[in-house]
This record gives sequence, C-alpha cells and structure tokens, in this order.
Amino acid sequence: MTATPDAPPIEGFKVADLWFDTRYRSYTFQLIALVILFGSIGYLISNLLTNLANAGLNISWDFLREPSNYDINQKPIEYTSQSSHLRASIVGVLNTLIVAFLACVTATFFGVVAGVLRLSNNWIVARLMSAYVEAFRNVPVLIWIIIIFSIMTVALPGPRAYRGEDAERSMLFDMFAFTNRGIYTPRPEFLNPLMGAQIFSWILVLLVLAASFFGVRALTTWATKTQNATGYRPVTWYWTLAIWLVPLAILMVAMGLSWEYPKLAGFNFQGGIQIRGSLIALWFALAIYTGAFIAENVRAGIQAVSKGQTEAAASLGLRQSWIMNLVVLPQALRVIIPPLISQYLNITKNSSLAIAVGYMDVTGTLGGITLNQTGRAIECILLLMLFYVTISLSISAIMNVYNNSVKLKER
Amino acid sequence: MAKAQTAAAKKLEVSDEIAISITNMNKWYGAFHVLKEIDLTVNRGERIVICGPSGSGKSTLIRCINALEEHQQGSITVDGTLLSSDIKNIDKIRSEVGMVFQHFNLFPHLTILENCTLAPIWVRKIPKKEAEDTAMHFLEKVKIPEQADKYPGQLSGGQQQRVAIARSLCMRPRIMLFDEPTSALDPEMIKEVLDTMISLAEEGMTMLCVTHEMGFARQVANRVIFMDAGQIVEQNEPEAFFNNPQSDRTKLFLSQILGH
Amino acid sequence: MAAKKSSVAFVRKEPLPAMPPPARDRGAAKWIRENLLSNISNSVLTVLSIIAIYYLCAFVLPWIWNGVWTTSSLAECREVLQGVTGGCFSVLTERWNQLIFGFAYPSEFYWRPALAFVLLFFAAAPVLFFDLPRKLLIFTGLYPFLAFWLIWGGPIGYPLIGLLGCAVGYFVHSVLVARNFALGLIVGFAAAIATWSLGSNLVGALAPEQPLLGAVESRKMGGFMLNMILGTVAVSLALPIGIALALGRQSRLPIVKWVCVVFIEFIRGVPLITLLFVANVVLAYFFPPEANIDILIRVIIMLTIFSAAYIAEVIRGGLAALPRGQYEAADSLGLDYAQAMQMIVLPQALKISIPGIVNVAVGLFKDTTLVSIISMFDLVGMIRGPILASTEWNGVYWELLGFAAVLFFIVCYGISQYSQWLERRLATDHR
Repeated sequence: MTATPDAPPIEGFKVADLWFDTRYRSYTFQLIALVILFGSIGYLISNLLTNLANAGLNISWDFLREPSNYDINQKPIEYTSQSSHLRASIVGVLNTLIVAFLACVTATFFGVVAGVLRLSNNWIVARLMSAYVEAFRNVPVLIWIIIIFSIMTVALPGPRAYRGEDAERSMLFDMFAFTNRGIYTPRPEFLNPLMGAQIFSWILVLLVLAASFFGVRALTTWATKTQNATGYRPVTWYWTLAIWLVPLAILMVAMGLSWEYPKLAGFNFQGGIQIRGSLIALWFALAIYTGAFIAENVRAGIQAVSKGQTEAAASLGLRQSWIMNLVVLPQALRVIIPPLISQYLNITKNSSLAIAVGYMDVTGTLGGITLNQTGRAIECILLLMLFYVTISLSISAIMNVYNNSVKLKER
Repeated sequence: MAKAQTAAAKKLEVSDEIAISITNMNKWYGAFHVLKEIDLTVNRGERIVICGPSGSGKSTLIRCINALEEHQQGSITVDGTLLSSDIKNIDKIRSEVGMVFQHFNLFPHLTILENCTLAPIWVRKIPKKEAEDTAMHFLEKVKIPEQADKYPGQLSGGQQQRVAIARSLCMRPRIMLFDEPTSALDPEMIKEVLDTMISLAEEGMTMLCVTHEMGFARQVANRVIFMDAGQIVEQNEPEAFFNNPQSDRTKLFLSQILGH
Repeated sequence: MAAKKSSVAFVRKEPLPAMPPPARDRGAAKWIRENLLSNISNSVLTVLSIIAIYYLCAFVLPWIWNGVWTTSSLAECREVLQGVTGGCFSVLTERWNQLIFGFAYPSEFYWRPALAFVLLFFAAAPVLFFDLPRKLLIFTGLYPFLAFWLIWGGPIGYPLIGLLGCAVGYFVHSVLVARNFALGLIVGFAAAIATWSLGSNLVGALAPEQPLLGAVESRKMGGFMLNMILGTVAVSLALPIGIALALGRQSRLPIVKWVCVVFIEFIRGVPLITLLFVANVVLAYFFPPEANIDILIRVIIMLTIFSAAYIAEVIRGGLAALPRGQYEAADSLGLDYAQAMQMIVLPQALKISIPGIVNVAVGLFKDTTLVSIISMFDLVGMIRGPILASTEWNGVYWELLGFAAVLFFIVCYGISQYSQWLERRLATDHR
C-alpha cells in the first residue's frame, strides 16, 4: 500500500473521454440535453410559424388597445364597452382577485371550524364533520359550482315574486332580497363624505382600521411588558374592543353613514348592492370545497402536536386556554400554514372555473370574450398564463420566506 | 463507594408529614381494570421507586397523582388537597407536583430558557427577570447553563431530560414524579440524568420514580414498590426488597431484570 | 391503613381479580355522557347536529323515497307526483346510456367499453395490491392495447403494432443497456418508433375491409366513459414522465435541472382550464401542418403534462425523504447512476410516494370534468348540454347533478380509502 504502481499516468485528451471521463461527462450530457431542448423548441416554433403563415395570421398585441365592444356585468373599476381589451382584462383580474379573496376568507372559516370540530370528543359532531369533508372533497369542484349556481338561478324566485300587496315572498328584515338575479343587500353610503367623495371616505375608514390594528398591537406589547415587570398580565380585552370600535363608530357618525336599501321598482330591484348568482356560486363552491381540504390540514396540524406537549404543559399547571395559545397553536400553525397557503393558491387557480357560470373573471374576459372576438388565441392565452404564474410564484415566494422564518431549530 | 453513598442517602430525614395519600383507588380503561385497590401513603422526603413489568399500571398510577389520568374510585390526596374534578384543585396540585416524562416533552418552539420560564411567568405570576434568574439557577444545577438560548432540538437526549427536570424545578414543586426518565436515553446519557436525580434526592425532595434503574433504587430509594397487573404486589426497603423478595412474581421479575 | 404505614414491608399473596367498572362508567349511559353531553357547549353542539341531520333527512329522504323512475319526461313525472315532493329519477334510467357513453357512441357497441371497464379492474389489481402474483402484471401490460382496441375498434393491427413496437424497443434496450444506459434508452426508443411507423403503414395497407370490431371515432366518446378514459390514460402516461421530471429536477446537471424546474413550476402555476384552452385552440399550431391531431389526443396531452408536473413534485418529496445513506450505499457498491436509480432509489422513493400519487390521480380524475368547458361531452357536459337542453328533461337539475356527484364520490372515495389503507400498510412495512 506504499505506492500504487499501476496508477494511471496523466494522459492527453481523447474523444472517448467526453463520454467516459467524469470531468467531461456532465458537459457532454448537458450539451446533448441542450441540443435536444433547442431542437424541439425550434421544431415547435417552426411549425407555429408555418401554420400561422398558412392561416394568414401573425403575433400582435395591438388588439389590447382596441375597444372591447362588450359589457361586463360586475365592474369594480369604471368600464364601458368602449374601453379597451386591456381594460377589460384588468376588470377581469380584479374580479378574479375579488372572488379569490372572498373564497379564501370563507374557506379558512369553514376549514378551521370543521377541522377543529372533527377532533371534538363529541361523537356526532365529529362524524358530521367527517361526512362534510369526505362529501365535498371527493366530488369535482365544477359540479359544486354548477349545483350552487343552479340553486341560485333555478330554486330562487324571480323579483316578481316580491311584487304586489300579498307577495309570495317578502324581503328579509326589509333589507335582503334573494332572487334568481342575485342577492340584494343594503349599500353603505356616507351623507357627508370626506372631501365630497365616497372613495376618499372608504380610504379613511381603511386608514382608521389600520391605525386600530397598530393600536391593538401596541396594547399587547404593553401588556406583555407589564407582565414581564410585575408578573401580572393586565386584562385588556375590553380595551381591544374599544380600540377597534370607538374610532370607527365616531368616523361613521361624523361622515353620516346611511344605508341605501334595495327597492322593488317595476320588474326588478333598484338600489343596494346586487351580488350576482354567478359570484355567489363561485364563491361558496370554492369556499366549501377548499374548506374540506383546509379542514384536513387543520386537523393534521393539531394532531402533529403530540399529546406529550399538552400533558407536559398541563403538568406544569398551565390552564387549558394558555396551553392552546402558548404551546399548541404556535406549533400547529407551523404545520398548518404552508398547506393553507397552497390551498389559497388552488382557490385562485380554480376561480378560473368562473367561465362555467359566466362570472367575468380574467379567464372570462381575456381568455373568453376577448379571445373569441379578436381570434388572438396565442396572445390571450399567453397573457392569461403569465398572470396566473405571476400570482403563483409570488405566493410561493412569500411561503418560502415564511417557512424559513418559522423552521424549528435542530441540530 | 456505592455503599458509602447509600448510607448517605439513607440518613436523609423522612418526616411524619404525609405528602401523598392514596386510598382504595381503582381505575378502568373502558372495561379494562388497570389499577386495582391501590393504597399508598408517601411521607414528605420519601424517595420511592416503582418497578414492574410493562403494562403493569405503574405509569398510570403516577399520572393519576397529578390528574393527567382520571381515576374512577377511591381518593387521592396531595399535600392535603383532595383531588377531584374541580379545576381549582387540579391546578393547585399540578403546580405543587413536578413531572418528568420519558420523552422529555420540551416545547420545541421555545428556547431552553423560555421552556423554563413559561410556567413560572403564567402560573406563578413571577416577573420575567426573576423567573429567568430562577431558571438560570436551576439550569446551573443541572449543569447546562450555557445552553439557555438554544432550542430543544439542538440538545442531546440527556441534556433535554436535564432541562425537563430544571423546567419542573422552576415551579418550586414539593413533590417530583418521574415517568421512566431514562428509558429513552442512550446508555452514556443515563448517568448524567441519574446524577441529577440523585442530587435532587439528597436535598430532600419527595420523589416518586417509575424506573428500571435498579442501581438507582438501591442507592437512593428508601422504599421500592413492585407492581404487577394493576396492583401493588410487594413493597419494602431496598435492601430487603432486592435481597429477600417475598412474592413469586417479584422473584421472577428480579431474576429477569438482574439475571444477566 | 395505619398498620401499613408503621411498617413499610407489604406483600400481596393473592392477586386481586379484575372487577367490572362501576355502573356509571359502563354501557350506553357512560358513552352518551362522555361523547355527547360532557359539558354545556358539547350538549349544545349535539342538539344542533341532531337538528341539522333532521332537516337534511326531512329534505332529502322523501325526495328519494317518492322518486319516480319510469316516466319518459319531466311533465309525466309531475303528473305522477301530483305536487308531492319527489325526485324525477326517470331521467337517469331513460338517459342512462347517454350519461355513461355519451350521445354519439354506437349503441350496438356499448358492450365493448363496458368490457374494457371490467377488465380495468383486473389490470389495475396487481399494481394496487402487492400480494397478488406478479405474473398478473403481464395482463396489465397488455391491457392498454386491448382496451384501445375494444373502445376504438378498427383493425386489430394497430394495437398489435403498438404492442410490437414496445416489445422491440424493450428488447433492444435490454440488450444494449448492459453496455450503456443512455445508449440503450435512445436506441430502444428509436427501434420502437421505427417499428411503429413501419408497422402502421403496413397495417394501413393490409387492413381488412370489415374489421372484427367496427371503428369508432374519438369525437364520439362521451359521458362518464370519457372521464374514465381521460383520467386513466393521462395518469398512466403521466407517471413515467413525472418520474423523469423528478429525477431531472434532482439532477446535478444545471441545464437539465433548470429545464425541469421551469417546466414543473410553470405547469403547476397555471389553472388546468388555461391548459385546456391551449389544447382547444393553440396546440394545433405547434404540430406540423399536415398532422391532424384530434381534440381528444390534444386534451390527453395537456392533461398528461399537467398531472406529470404534480406527480413529479410528489416523487421529489419521496426522493427527499430517502435517507442519504441509501444514495451513498448505492454509490459505494459501484452502481452507476442508472443502476442506482433503478434498483435502489426509485423502488423505495416510489413506494413512499404512492399515496401522494393516488391523491394526484383522484384530483386529475375530478378535473376531467373541466373538459365540458371546452365543449366536450363528458358526464357534466352531457348533463349541461344535450340532456338539460332537451324538451323532455329541461329542468331536472338536482337528479342529474346529484347523480354526477354520487358517481364521482363513489370512485374518488373508493380510491382515497385505498390510498389510506396503503399508507397504513406502508407504515407498518417500514418498521
């Protein structure tokens, strides 16, 4: 073992080394991979160009600036049929975000309630929640969307049912009407708005809520500080409540909040907010379907905290509510939040099923009517995909940052 | 050497004051009778080792003492407080009784120091600074003050178990329960945990230990209890228990555990 | 008590008998107390649940119980029911064939897809249950060609050539793989493709005028059969692609790695419906002008790459879960990359990944309903299109949608129960 007499002498380069020498092998492989990759892309693109030329088409983005010539029934920003296709797409994007946001909030609510109750020691409730989870996650979400949409459009009465002296239906509290054209609710309005514009008033409301949020945070910090210093944690829940409610209430009174109720006028309701059946169908179907998945995540997260943790906390004399807040939740949330965020991503992607019920999200405008009217299939679908990929990647990036920040430290 | 230590341990005072008294206690899991007619009185300063084959109910017994398990018949009195379903009594007993688990059960999301200060701050309402000083005092006692800012996952098993002991001590308990504290440890770590427990015993802590460490029992315990099939089969002073077991079950168990 | 305290020593001579628990801790009373009424909030929950169940039953049961099964239109149903609550399930019996096979599949051939469906169970069984004799896998290998022939019909030569191509490719591969893995793979592929193109020309020339099984065009596929075809074909094609993508993503070669990462993340980042749009209106542009690929194949391509990306992520998890020691052991045995993957790494990683793959498969099967949006007549497409639009059945929403929901529930719940069973089994295997 002193010397290796038959050690290979350092040789010059041979062609065969490209394949057998570990130094070059990987470059050879990568070169081959690159050639295959560019070859196939080139082939596809040449096909594309030939086909486009044969059909007399080209790739152009000018259509985005042309007037759309179609109307959108739910417009969060100003939009007419004279607006450009680009604006129609933006309206669609906003509608996507609206329904995704609503569905995420509602799905989280359903999921947390069902997930926690599924672990309840109440047999009947636990069984009921299992039934909910299994029933909803094993049936395609498209079927749920269509079922709820059918309930909204077929099972609910038309506005005319509310007409006349002894109408078949009457409005709930004189405020809400459930019709096959959607649900009508009162619309909040400021009588003396800030600087004469409703929008500024709403921004002010948001600012006040943000201020309250930071106020409550400061209160919590103060409570912790006091506890650290004296050992006793001051009772703060009524202060928390006051910080949330009092400024808001003052603002509402000062700006003269009033409600515009929906009223039956002719054959339809006027005033108030009309929430269309398509939005409700999409919103609730996504919420209740994804809620079933979230319930499973929540259950898994809570079960991931071993019984030993609660027992150890209990044997130290901690009370039930403290064990939950100080020991179980901080650990469970680390397990729950990553899959929760990918469920939010799923909701956003599944909201593209809007097109099945005619809700005008970005798939319905850009990928639907704009595509059909202009025939610019490649451009429209490319833009559509880019929009979804951007959203997905940004949410994934946020998730990675979160995961790294809460990772448990181990050896 | 061992003899000398044993002698030292034996000299520890056992007062007449009763720390724990269990009378006629029965417990069932469903229809399974896990604990049968348990009668046990522990005086302050006593160090009791409970041994027995697995499934004999020894862990269940000490878990009943701080109400981690509910018993169906009989009474348990700890420090003069009768254990009932009243949450106040349970809280009171739990804050007097420390417990160390087989799998440590440290809180993985908190640092070692935070593990030790959590309960004193929330249960005992001790200011944070003071709680941290106490925690450091006990961490020094279990000889790992330098790990205070690490997380449990970064420590070895033996270190984690010593932290778990320190965490219990921070509540200044009058009684300590140990549920197989060394069973999940590698052999080289067992000693460091046992040393910690021995020094605790030497300070006069009332201890109930479920363990198979017979050397520890001989050296520290003033009473050994043998349990089998949910009942106390035999109890005696360690010398008599090991040298002259009375019941056949005890003899069999001892021959199995010391046989090799 | 006092006696015991004075002297520590105590010996129990007679073991105590086990006693039954006290009366209040036994039987139904105890169960109800602990599980339904343990405290106030629990009792409230119990009452609320019972009310909810009652209303659900009061709503659904009469509807099912009074259901009408034999009329030929909704109007007749209403006549029979005379205002009583009841479902008009006749639509299911009357349109059964359309719901299952679509409206265009020739009715005299219904037995063929039905037979293919039954055989599917035999083909899938040895894959799903490891205890069955491995020889049954031969039938699994033959099944795709058999099923193709049964459902599409036409000259038997095409599936035979398909099978032959695979066999030739595999043979060439296994001869050459001993020398070099990549060489074996590439030449094997080439041999298979050569066999296919040669053979299909040959079959085209030799095909009899009247094939044994009459040919059915792809666009005539519909109903639940279409969901089954899309789901099974896409998942089985996606599996090898997913494995390749997962290995590519783990590769030490940066170009290969990044191609796979970009592909997987892009596909996972977009909704399936946009990929179906691609299949519907864009994909044709990427084929050679003379190729006329029908919509079913284009949809299968997109569904396949969609599920391949998800399967790749699942398998990546499986690969990551393998202990490092396995890779090192394989290296230290002197196995090259291909051998290490084939013999050591993949079998274990795939085993861990099976439950995840099954979840992807269930998800994809549910997502096959999305093809109804690009005007294909799968189960949902049939319901929303021809059936609800017909004059006889206009307005029979709940019966039809409920049927679709129940059908999907049975399949998906069944598969997910299998997955859970497997997970439990694998958990014990690993101990």
